[in-house]
Amino acid sequence: MASKLTRSTGAGWAFALPGFGLIALFIIVPFFFAFGLSLTNQRLISPNPTEYVGFENYRDLLSLSVITLEPERDDSGAVIRDEDGEIEYPRVRTITRSDDFPQYRGMREWFRWQSAETARVVIASDVVFMKALVNTLMFVLVVAPVQGGLALILALLINQKLRGINIYRAIYFMPVVVSIVVVSLLWRFIYDGNDGLLNNLLSAITFGGWQPVDWLGNPDTALGSIMAMSIWQAVGFHMVIWLSGLQTISPTLYEAAEIEGASKWQTFRYVTWPGLRNTAVLVLIVITMQAFALFAQIDVMTNGGPLDSTQTVVFQAVERGYGKQDISGGSTISVILFLLVLTISLIQRWLTREK
Amino acid sequence: MAVITPDNRGLRLVVRYAVLTLIAIIFIFPLLFMGMSSLKPDQQLLADTSSLRAFLPVGDLSLENYREAFERAPVGLFVFNSVLVTGTTVLLSLAICSLAAFSFTYLEWRGRGLILSIILATLIIPFETIAIPLLLLVSKLPWIGFEGLEWGWLNSYRVQIIPWIADGLTIFLFVQYFKDLPRELIEAARVEGASWFQIYYKVVMPLAGPVLATAAILKFLVMYNQYLWPLIVVQQESYRPVMVGLQYFFQLNIAWGEVMAYLTLITVPVLAFYLVLQRAFIASIASTGVKG
Repeated sequence: MASKLTRSTGAGWAFALPGFGLIALFIIVPFFFAFGLSLTNQRLISPNPTEYVGFENYRDLLSLSVITLEPERDDSGAVIRDEDGEIEYPRVRTITRSDDFPQYRGMREWFRWQSAETARVVIASDVVFMKALVNTLMFVLVVAPVQGGLALILALLINQKLRGINIYRAIYFMPVVVSIVVVSLLWRFIYDGNDGLLNNLLSAITFGGWQPVDWLGNPDTALGSIMAMSIWQAVGFHMVIWLSGLQTISPTLYEAAEIEGASKWQTFRYVTWPGLRNTAVLVLIVITMQAFALFAQIDVMTNGGPLDSTQTVVFQAVERGYGKQDISGGSTISVILFLLVLTISLIQRWLTREK
Repeated sequence: MAVITPDNRGLRLVVRYAVLTLIAIIFIFPLLFMGMSSLKPDQQLLADTSSLRAFLPVGDLSLENYREAFERAPVGLFVFNSVLVTGTTVLLSLAICSLAAFSFTYLEWRGRGLILSIILATLIIPFETIAIPLLLLVSKLPWIGFEGLEWGWLNSYRVQIIPWIADGLTIFLFVQYFKDLPRELIEAARVEGASWFQIYYKVVMPLAGPVLATAAILKFLVMYNQYLWPLIVVQQESYRPVMVGLQYFFQLNIAWGEVMAYLTLITVPVLAFYLVLQRAFIASIASTGVKG
């Protein structure tokens, strides 16, 4: 009976079509486009026709190799050392530019380590992209647990029954509605090496014993500073998601725990945490997706520097695809990024599955 | 068991509020600093950073920075562009996504389940992974304008609006909400001979206030804060939104007072809007959490 009233193929399609059409054209088509373009040499504007190039773009981005360098020896066979006593090696470019090793052509040194007298050098076809990959993974690995954990702590604090608690909730959430671009520019001032608020604060706390740090200008602190700021900006978002999870837990469970004489930790461990399972998975996946997308902070604060210490995957994709108008290169990075996000999300799903 | 005396209960309460307040300061100080600094001349602004004066409206206060910001960049135009793009997208999104969700929830048609699954599957595609191919796509799309057929959408309002109208999350939110509405209402209207569009427009939409608010707030935040997309598709100043307009203030010796004035100007309306509709904002974010 009811089904007869609601069956209406024509109207059904007509109502869904505008929405589905837009999603198909602007999300699904470019998504598959990315895979196709990554196998070509497409540029935004080019006089030459686009050609199929196979996996060349992937090779140009991802090729990695380890080469072994034997120390330079003098005529008697003794190892040559420089003034500081460090062993001297032939330059890497004697190999990467040599006709004897065409497979290493165009690759550059990423990093090296020494075992006994020989040095092992990791060479990559695109060192900057490798750094971008590592930085992005570092960012995700730090931000996902720290931001998720802090957000949970805030949610537990806000979940108390206290007069005026909603005011605190409103304040903790406030940075979420502020654009990340605005926040980034503001924090550039906070992190400033001379007049920055952070240096002044640390100096005040230590009674002047603090040596000012140029937080964004130093390769050791730049990425960490951006992590801290990103956590500050978005932690309120995840606090709210945790809160909605906390509110689904039945109060009778808490009453039961209280009657049983459970401690606060036991109550959290055996009542609250199991009740937050689904929320935890969601928070983790959402933070991970957001963290992989790291771009605006970099663009506003460091432009990838200093010394490529804040290069990220999306920043590289934009620099190529838009900056250099190399659509195929940018698309290749996009595909790699998507596969990364997908892999990490699947691993997270698997790790947090119902046992 | 701990003995709860009035005294130690009072103390615990004080400690709780102290912790909450300390955290609140961490979240509020950069924004407070931004607002206060926007009123100070550069020299004083820099000098004040070494003391608590940085967060207080003290010293030589004026709106001079705002005047200079307006001189440096076409601020009014940027604000107009942002309001136009954000407003249009939010309205079109509400109409088109709710109509699609209505169809998915109440109408039975072949392929409905499949299409809805495809739409929900797009939720795992971060925008950043399609930005570059989408850039190529929009640079080739046709458009019928006042001068007839033209090719390419770059440097326009439409390129900032149309790709953002429909998205999986908005449709999902409407579907979730519509599911819980009493079906008898729809059936009764159907029996009385109402058309599907009349049911959508006269029966369902008047009941959809809460989900319309949620979807509008989420879309508003995304659109107003847009950065990457307008950065790559709009080179002409005349179409730039406020966030991209910020680039006018990047230079070797940043005039921080002007920057703070511009930041305050583009942030305060959103913050005010948020503070008024605080519950609705937080509820919208919370409702995205039910999808798990």
